[in-house]
Amino acid sequence: MNLLTLPWRFFLSLTASGKTGLSITLIWIALAVFGASLAPYKLEDIGVGPMFGGVSKDFWFGTDYLGRDMVSRILYGARYSIGLALGAALLASLVGTLLALLAAVAGRWLEEILGRINDAMLVLPGKILALMIVAVFGSSLPMLIVTAVFTYWPGAFRIAWAMASSLRSMDYVRASRLRGESRFYIAVHDILPNMLHPMLTDFGLRFVYIVLLLSGLSFLGLGVQPPYADWGTLVRENLQGLFDGSPAVLAPALAIASLTIGANLFIDSLQAMRPLTPAKGVA
Amino acid sequence: MTVTPHKARPMVAVENLRVIAHADDGREIPLVDDIRFTVQKGEVLALIGESGSGKTTIALALMGYARHGCHIAQGTIHVAGTDVTSQTPAQLRQFRGNKVAYIAQSAAASFNPAMKILDQVVEPVVIHKVMSRAEAEKKAIALFRELALPQPDTIGQRYPHQVSGGQLQRLMTAMALISDPEVVILDEPTTALDVTTQVEVLKTFRRVVRQRGMTAIYVSHDLAVVAQMADRILVLLKGAIAEYGTTGDLLRAPQAEYSHLLLEAAKQKVRPSPWRPEDATLQPMLEVRDLFAGYGPVDKHGQPKTPILHDINLRLYRGQAMGIIGESGSGKTTLAHAIAGMNKPCGGHILFNGHYIAGEMQQRSENELRRIQYVFQMADTALNPAHSVETLLARPLTFFHGLRGAARQKRIAQLLELVRLPASVLTRRPWALSGGQKQRINLARALAAEPDLILCDEVTSALDTVVAAAVLDLITDLRRELGLSVIFISHDLHAVRSVCDEILVVKNGRMVTQVVRADYDKPSSELYYERLKRAVPELRQGWLDEHNDIAL
Repeated sequence: MNLLTLPWRFFLSLTASGKTGLSITLIWIALAVFGASLAPYKLEDIGVGPMFGGVSKDFWFGTDYLGRDMVSRILYGARYSIGLALGAALLASLVGTLLALLAAVAGRWLEEILGRINDAMLVLPGKILALMIVAVFGSSLPMLIVTAVFTYWPGAFRIAWAMASSLRSMDYVRASRLRGESRFYIAVHDILPNMLHPMLTDFGLRFVYIVLLLSGLSFLGLGVQPPYADWGTLVRENLQGLFDGSPAVLAPALAIASLTIGANLFIDSLQAMRPLTPAKGVA
Repeated sequence: MTVTPHKARPMVAVENLRVIAHADDGREIPLVDDIRFTVQKGEVLALIGESGSGKTTIALALMGYARHGCHIAQGTIHVAGTDVTSQTPAQLRQFRGNKVAYIAQSAAASFNPAMKILDQVVEPVVIHKVMSRAEAEKKAIALFRELALPQPDTIGQRYPHQVSGGQLQRLMTAMALISDPEVVILDEPTTALDVTTQVEVLKTFRRVVRQRGMTAIYVSHDLAVVAQMADRILVLLKGAIAEYGTTGDLLRAPQAEYSHLLLEAAKQKVRPSPWRPEDATLQPMLEVRDLFAGYGPVDKHGQPKTPILHDINLRLYRGQAMGIIGESGSGKTTLAHAIAGMNKPCGGHILFNGHYIAGEMQQRSENELRRIQYVFQMADTALNPAHSVETLLARPLTFFHGLRGAARQKRIAQLLELVRLPASVLTRRPWALSGGQKQRINLARALAAEPDLILCDEVTSALDTVVAAAVLDLITDLRRELGLSVIFISHDLHAVRSVCDEILVVKNGRMVTQVVRADYDKPSSELYYERLKRAVPELRQGWLDEHNDIAL
């Protein structure tokens, strides 16, 4: 098998909606990485155009309440919206998965303690918890990531724990136990590789939730602070333009929607694909 | 191939059947190709072949159904005067259940656990509005009586978990028969049952088929069972017909090479053992004394919540093979788990090479763990799907013997040679191997530890007859080459007889009797063993009609 063509063959094996979703997501990620150099105007070019200007040849998505180019604002914002969310989702999934692995192999006591802490976290409403954290500790980029991780690790833990606890009673884990393998070996070599696939799927969904959470926080003015702006901030800043039908408020909203819908389409198509993998049922 | 000229119009006629699946990259994979057969009214045709040979695919195609991702590409299927391939989905729904009925392998998985049995049995006719509910219930109770179910008037009021596996299989038959179908398809209906239960169910099937003059398609991998049921046999190999003829002809003079293999495997020849009973004068390698074990928390009297095993005593000598046999739930696997240290016994002792060993594996030394290796029943779940065969075999070598680099590679190659596998499997993952190959890797992993004793827990029960026979041959060879001791757990008396020097019969967690190889064929005074022995189908027609059960 050629490793180089693997991503391409994977892409071809997706359904039509999966291909669309993956393309949208990849385009946004590329824009987040290279957006700053692609942007036609600087972030703080105030008054290069009219206030709440419409769509024109110079300003594809119009201009905002200070006359700044919306295309540039969205491209700069992609870095915050996607970068922060990606980082937070990665951390949340990692924390959740590792703690679940620990709980699965470390014995009854730790398992109970982690499980109950997790239950307590799950019953707290996420958005309210996030608001409270930001209200108490203030808003900065690291703090936003911590907030998102704190709100979303319990879900990742729940799923990883369910998987790990069913995997640890598999025969191959018992075979390793019978050999006298250490708990660390069992966790890392026997359990972790077999839960990676579902956890990656879960990571994708978690990323979408976190994009929405961070955009929501920014919309409330608790997220990324001016002059920098993520997409949620952009919507809030230009809210007064809503009644004039200004594209400045629509464009960032569309960006959020297209990213979340794209990522969701991709993840959903992965789940539909699963029965076709060579895992055969018991004869 | 013998084809007798048909006078009457056949009940089932299949011509040129081809069913294909679509691969991920859009290629077409034929599952079965160029299948043709006819079944006359009142005949039973058996489809036999290994798993993946297309038995079930053909059976489902008779009802106009193909599994997800597959479709019937070509061919004509006439069942009970209906051209199945030209039916609309609505017509097919009417056709299924009314003209043709399907009895699936696992009745336990086919019943809804939350509904009373009677409601499920009458459901097909009530949904199709063939009968009123009251009529249907009356008929169902008559069927229960006909199928020799206990308390036919009230058994329908129970839930599926309140009846036994064999009863459930018969209840499912009642469900299939309630609409008086013209053709019944039985898909491995007794594979999941114990031998003793299997005989009961087979007898019921046989009687119903005869009395009602029913046309049936019987799907199975067990030639001995098929010989009792079928008038004709269609042997399938990799989706194509290997042989098609009457049961008598096939058993007497098989034509195709694969039929020979099947017949050979089903005969279960006695495999020579390297061990002599005279060797038993030495100290036993493994001795189990008064073993008492169970599951659940232990109370203050030392009793576990669910006691399973009582007073088990056995002695196993170096090089000897012992078979442990019993019905499901008799405690065979619990005994193996106790010996392996997976289930701490609540009483009794285990001696290995003359030393007491701890009941719990965590307290056993690395050397003790290495010397007793456990081979799990399902190779599918016993091999980590994330690891390649090389990693799977390398780990015990590194772990127990500290082998690395070239020395390890050499040993892996030796192991593969030992289990008769080519070196090309090394880079593959378990899911890319066949069932028999997986079971060989499973064995090779146990052998990598260089054990004195291997515990084989139903290692052949998930395999096809031909493959299982090859694995039994392998175990016999390994005993001779390596001087291994083997504890062989199975519900298949034939398999156990053919490899073991001694058989331990377990029933309800207690030892019933112990039989040595020389006495296998002699009648035993122990009724339970006798009953087990007689329940194993023999490879000749008419065995089922002669079989009479011993009441216990």
